[in-house]
This record gives sequence, structure tokens and C-alpha cells, in this order.
Amino acid sequence: MITIIDYGLGNIQAFVNVYKRLHIPVTVATSAGQLAGASKLILPGVGAFDHAMQRLNASGMRQTLDDMAQGHGIPVLGICVGMQMLADSSDEGVLPGLGWIPGQVRNFHSVAESSELALPHMGWNDVLPAADSPLFQGQQENWLFYFLHSYFFECTEPAHIAATATYGASFSCSVASKNVYGVQFHPEKSHH
Amino acid sequence: MLRPRIIPCLLIQDSGLVKTVKFKDPKYVGDPINAVKIFNEKEADELIVIDIDASAHDREPDYQKIAYLASECRMPLCYGGGVRTAEQAKRIIALGVEKVAISSAALANPALISEIAAEIGRQSVVVVLDHKQRLLGKTQDVWTHNGTRNTKRSVIDVALEMEKLGAGEIVINSIDNDGKMKGYDVALAAQLREALTVPLTVLGGGGSLDDMYKVVAACGVVGVAAGSFFVFKGPYRAVLISYPTAQQKRDSIYSALQGGR
Repeated sequence: MITIIDYGLGNIQAFVNVYKRLHIPVTVATSAGQLAGASKLILPGVGAFDHAMQRLNASGMRQTLDDMAQGHGIPVLGICVGMQMLADSSDEGVLPGLGWIPGQVRNFHSVAESSELALPHMGWNDVLPAADSPLFQGQQENWLFYFLHSYFFECTEPAHIAATATYGASFSCSVASKNVYGVQFHPEKSHH
Repeated sequence: MLRPRIIPCLLIQDSGLVKTVKFKDPKYVGDPINAVKIFNEKEADELIVIDIDASAHDREPDYQKIAYLASECRMPLCYGGGVRTAEQAKRIIALGVEKVAISSAALANPALISEIAAEIGRQSVVVVLDHKQRLLGKTQDVWTHNGTRNTKRSVIDVALEMEKLGAGEIVINSIDNDGKMKGYDVALAAQLREALTVPLTVLGGGGSLDDMYKVVAACGVVGVAAGSFFVFKGPYRAVLISYPTAQQKRDSIYSALQGGR
């Protein structure tokens, strides 16, 4: 079953609501035991990077999640700060990330083209999928999603960029590597 | 391209949806959940929902009602009304709400903004500043408690202070223009856009797509919110919920960005 990882942070209910509406069974895990049997994992996250990592590390689920994502190839989708947590590190904090997709999370103001723009990057923006990106299948012409963030994922390997968006500079708004996926935007609140 | 956000702002009183004029004479305009469903269908950019009873009477947010609203809402939702602690804000976010709006409590206890930002992230902290022109002057004062108490502080000073403390968005709401549908305070909006580094949303006075165009032309990519414009139709203010189509937004509002900044 699709399992939402609840480490005490974030808009868990927003995801539950979406699956309910779609009549897709979903469960919420707050402990390692409850992760057993998950066929797909959703990693939500809001707020500051270190705060989120701290909570996840203290949740008792960290080791099991590492095993599932890296050892057993269970598909994982990180959303918003959940995507940023997939990286090695973040300019926003000092704690290491999960390191499931090589990369560093950076602030828009550290990039020349975006240094003068209002932050957070808030609102609806175009998403440009990479060729053959598994997350963006279908005939849709325009991918428009809601964003709410000040930091973005800079991939070490360009091959891991699943989609880009532009806010001053072009940045990777979706990442993918094997069974691990991330989206910076909020699909759960984008009328899809 | 990042789009300007066109945002319906819904006021709740006694479980019903109401619309005021200059923050007075609330007129019942329908059921909040029904309105949310219509804005889902019309694919509104965002929704702001304010419980005006909770803020005026210092009452605790009604979590059950917020959970119900959030469960129906397929677009980003900002809730305001009665939020006075970081714990309350966190609880509201957990219900599936993206942003929490703070108004009176931010003025009474500015440190609260930093506390809430530390808990839920500054991207989800919205400070709403209700403002009104000072008698015998041009200063826009910030008023609290649903427009009943004057802080005698200028909206620009307060907005800058709130940004510094950790607000992720500032909403300015003109009490004088509320419900009038005669246009926004564009000059103030432009001044604030210049001064702030966080996103700005302008509320109060919107009566047409052209009013929204003027805000975007002067300020660039900002949020443009309205109440009456989305719930009333015609000179007799018949209740009819509406929202511009993607094409109307492109032609009549985003077009203001061409050749702009």
C-alpha cells in the first residue's frame, strides 16, 4: 500500500485527502513497524531543513527507510522539503541529508540571476519535464504547479534532473534516480 | 513564468460565508464549503479563508471546520482567525492547510511570528495587515481586531518589522476600500513591493479584472486578492460566485507584465 511517512512535521492530511478523493488506499506510518508492507513511500516536508531532518532522524524510522529506499528499491517520492531531504546537504542547515540522490540544496539568493527576486518563490509556475521523465507521462501540453520554497535542489549528476522550472535562473524542480523521486512543487494542491 | 496569484478571500462568521463593506455590515453570501467546491471547479490559484469572529473575539480556531475546509480544498489554502500560538499554527498546518495568517496577535506579540516561523517554516507564515488612512494625514495606520483598534503604526513600518521577524508573505488589506469594488490602493502596494523582499498580496477594493491589471502593472508578480469581486454580480450585488478563466487571466491580468519589470 502507498504509505505516507509521518515524522511529526508537515501537511500529512493534504496527501491523505488527495488519495481519499481518488479512492486509492493509503496509510500513514509514524513508526518503523508501520512501514512494513509499504509498496510506495511518500516523504512530505515543510519548514526548515534541519528541523525536518532532526524529526525524521528521531522518528525511529530512519534506518528502516534507508534499507527500504536503498536496499530494497521501494519507490519513494519526496515532496517540497521532502525532496530537499533526499540531497546530501543543504545551505539552510548543518545536518546531513538522506543522501539518496547526490546533490546540494541551495538558496535562490545565492544565484546571480535570482538574487533580486522575492523569496519564497510562491505561486504557479511552469514545469518543463526532462525527456522520458517517468513522473511526467501523458499528453499534457503544459505542466503548471504550485510552488512555495526558498531553496532548490542542485543535482550533482545532471542525469538526475527530472524537470526544471525558472525563477530568475532555471532550477531542477524534480529529481529522479532509480526508485527515488522528488518534486519541489505541491502536486497535492495543484488541481490535479 | 511565475504568475501573479489571483486569490479569492472568504470571510466566515457564524459558520456562514459573509462579505463586508469597510469591515462592517456583513452580508450572508452562502455556505463556505460550497464556495470552496466552486473555486475548485474554477481552478482558483489560492484561497484565503478568514474566520472574522475568531479574530474579533479572541476565540480559538475551530479546528473541525478548518479540517473540513482543507479536505475539500484542491488549491493552496491560507487560514486566518484566532491564531495566537505556534502550537495552534502547527496544528492547523497538520490539517492540510498550507499557510497560516496572523493579524492581531502579531501586533500584540511580534515575537510570535518568529516562534511560528521556527515551527512551521517562514514560507507558511502570512501576516495580514488591515490598514486605514489616518485622519488629517496620508499615513496608512494598521488596525487590529477586525478593524476596531488602531495601533497608530504605519503599515510600511509594521510590514518591514514582520518580514524581519520571519513572515513569509505580507497581505495588506485596505479597510477604507473593503467591499467598495472601486480599485486597490496601488500606490501603497507599489511602495511596499519596493520595500519588501517577501511576497506581497494586495487586498481591498478589487472590483474588476482591470483593477487587478493595475496592481500587476505597478508591482509585477504579486498576489491580488478580492472578496466582493468573486461573490457578487451586477449593480444590485446579487450573490454569484465567479472566477476568471485561464485565458481571462492571461489576457486581462498577466498582460500587465509585458514590458514591465
